[in-house]
Amino acid sequence: MLSRTADNLFWLSRYVERAESLARILETTQRLAALPSAYGGKTNEWESAVETAGVAPAFFSKHEEANNETVVSYLVFDRDNPSSILNCFETARHNARSVRTALTMEMWEAINGAWLELRRTPDRKLAGEELTRFLGWVKEIGLRFDGSASRTMLRNDIYDFSRLGMLLERADNTARILDVKYHLLLPDEGEVGGGLDYYQWSAILRAVSAVTSYHWVYRQSLKPWLVADLLILNDQLPRSLAACYGQLVRHLDELARAYGRQGPAQRLARATRSGLENAEIKQIFQGGLHEFITSFICDNNRLGLAIHEQYLA
Amino acid sequence: MPAATFDEMTLPDGSVREAYGQLAEWLSTAPADLLDYRVKEAELLFRRIGITFAVYGDAQAQERLIPFDIIPRILTNPEWVTLKAGLEQRVKALNMYISDVYGKREILKAGIVPNELVFQNAAFRPEMAGKAPPHDLWVHIAGIDIVRVDAETFYVLEDNARTPSGVSYMLENREVMIRLFPELFSRHRVAPVERYADELLATLRSIAPRSSSSEPTIVLLTPGVYNSAYYEHSFLADKLGIELVEGRDLFVRDDVVYMRTTEGPKRVDVIYRRLDDEFLDPLVFRPDSALGVPGLVSAYHAGNVTLTNAIGTGVADDKAIYSYMPEIIRFYLGTEPLLKNVPTHRCREPEALKYVLDHLEELVVKEVHGSGGYGMLVGPHATKEQIELFRAKLNASPAGFIAQPTLALSTCPTYVDQGVAPRHVDLRPFVLTGTDEVRIVPGGLTRVAMKEGSLVVNSSQGGGTKDTWVLDT
Repeated sequence: MLSRTADNLFWLSRYVERAESLARILETTQRLAALPSAYGGKTNEWESAVETAGVAPAFFSKHEEANNETVVSYLVFDRDNPSSILNCFETARHNARSVRTALTMEMWEAINGAWLELRRTPDRKLAGEELTRFLGWVKEIGLRFDGSASRTMLRNDIYDFSRLGMLLERADNTARILDVKYHLLLPDEGEVGGGLDYYQWSAILRAVSAVTSYHWVYRQSLKPWLVADLLILNDQLPRSLAACYGQLVRHLDELARAYGRQGPAQRLARATRSGLENAEIKQIFQGGLHEFITSFICDNNRLGLAIHEQYLA
Repeated sequence: MPAATFDEMTLPDGSVREAYGQLAEWLSTAPADLLDYRVKEAELLFRRIGITFAVYGDAQAQERLIPFDIIPRILTNPEWVTLKAGLEQRVKALNMYISDVYGKREILKAGIVPNELVFQNAAFRPEMAGKAPPHDLWVHIAGIDIVRVDAETFYVLEDNARTPSGVSYMLENREVMIRLFPELFSRHRVAPVERYADELLATLRSIAPRSSSSEPTIVLLTPGVYNSAYYEHSFLADKLGIELVEGRDLFVRDDVVYMRTTEGPKRVDVIYRRLDDEFLDPLVFRPDSALGVPGLVSAYHAGNVTLTNAIGTGVADDKAIYSYMPEIIRFYLGTEPLLKNVPTHRCREPEALKYVLDHLEELVVKEVHGSGGYGMLVGPHATKEQIELFRAKLNASPAGFIAQPTLALSTCPTYVDQGVAPRHVDLRPFVLTGTDEVRIVPGGLTRVAMKEGSLVVNSSQGGGTKDTWVLDT
């Protein structure tokens, strides 16, 4: 297939995934920000949303304060923010249009429908119930796109490239969610402390749709290091780093088999996966969670570059 | 003023022409809200599939739907047989003419076409002089615009020998009609048009360079997503099962064209290009073109790649050459043209110019190189100011214009705000010429002027389209 087509597919899936992640981040933020201020104290949830999205410097060069209004406006509608939900869908749709022939009708309709709908949504101040409804809608688009991809696409290189984009983005997002809250994740075997902590913890799980999963996997109350274990090392959780890398390796292997050639991308992905397979959460905490995540995000970016050089350029 | 308008369904005495019998009956019994409902459904289908086109200079409507009219236009089999023979003849002559103009130039030596119409034509490509494309075939895909004035008479209005567009509408219109009006299809034997993609693929395969493998790689070259016909490009690539490439996806090495793929370079044999000559190769044509492929023309001259259509075919399809088509057909084929030309005044000739200036209120004046309905004067519908503007333009550069009598284009029943009413139509059949045979799917794209009385059917000017039925007998 054309390198440009593969590149478009890769980024198309990345942007849809990114829009969905942003919706999840905003959803949990909205929840936390709604807590009685007795729990809240000093933390500013809206500020931490901007950090998780990885756009803090650009945000603060435009807005003085992070609050519901400024953050929603920046993360959802702002055209100057290349990763705003609006721009994600805009870019995804643009890419989809240039690779129409590689998409199934269902995938095209999911993305084109979202774009048409969003264009009808005026740039307004979303808050409260309206915001909740809107974020629910964004997540549904992600589900619809992902679902139609897995239900209707041929299992060939087109499929592999679109999955690679989604998985890289997903791993990046899970890592960032953890990183922003890492100061709460003390390597303490004890129970979660006060009410605020409890809500923060469950917010992390909620951001990756894993509240129920946590209880099924560990069958005990929320413990910080178990939350980290779930999100980093447990390959049963679809958004965990381990699960993303298991899948990344699989799709890269498919490509290598189809094209008859292994390359740097395959080697890098396997190295990261074995790192995750052999790691234990205790060690990770000993070496520093923040350091671990930072180095993971670096490796993840490096894999993105390797895929680009090997296939997409 | 022109004679009475011919309506393809209803005769002046109120009786219905045979081909339209079933349709007229269906229309008279269909409840009004049913039609309304189907119109909405059709719009929804088009919007969802994403068939849109961009109008240049209209930023608001970057993606707009071409109005689709749900009432089909019907041609009988005998009508089609006549048209088809005329189309084949015309495209054959076009091919021979272009080959001659870039080759021996016999038609110029014989004094039939004036030299300056060829050599001063902006679409003439000196780079092609003395060169022949693979198989000496030039126009593989032609769109010939036809209008009708009465039960027997069809005229050719225009030849499109560069990159005619609109075929995706022909195919999608049929698809939508079958989904919306199965009951109408069960009452008629409508000749299928779905074969077009197969026919086009067979044509493209047949013209692959002789040096290519038995499984030639064919691609469609598009200027990109911002082109007004991008939808059509992606639609066709999909139907044909070929890659949709942009200039940057291709490169030339040792006079061979390759595309960049995830598995490395892959040789390309046939390029169905929807890119104008000037943009094809920055080394030969416009150096600022970022849409083309450096070295492409050299690979083309080396005979390693076929371009569809060939470079330089525009020399045959401007409106000044149009007026010579009857002579061109006689010269190469030794037969009378089967399809008529609209009588055309060439303003470059002083006597014709005088006549045109004296009769501007009655005539249609067109720019020789114009297209898309831009730069055109429809005398009977024009204001005094518009007429005076054209008078000045004509005096300034007469050779840039031709004029034709205002034809009474036929009308077809069309569903508009006021209900079912007659609207003027034309027809663009698509003629495919391969090394093996000429292929024309029955029908073509019917364009309809949605405004009452309007004669301008171009989509860029608010025209719509209809499904075109050729009835099998």
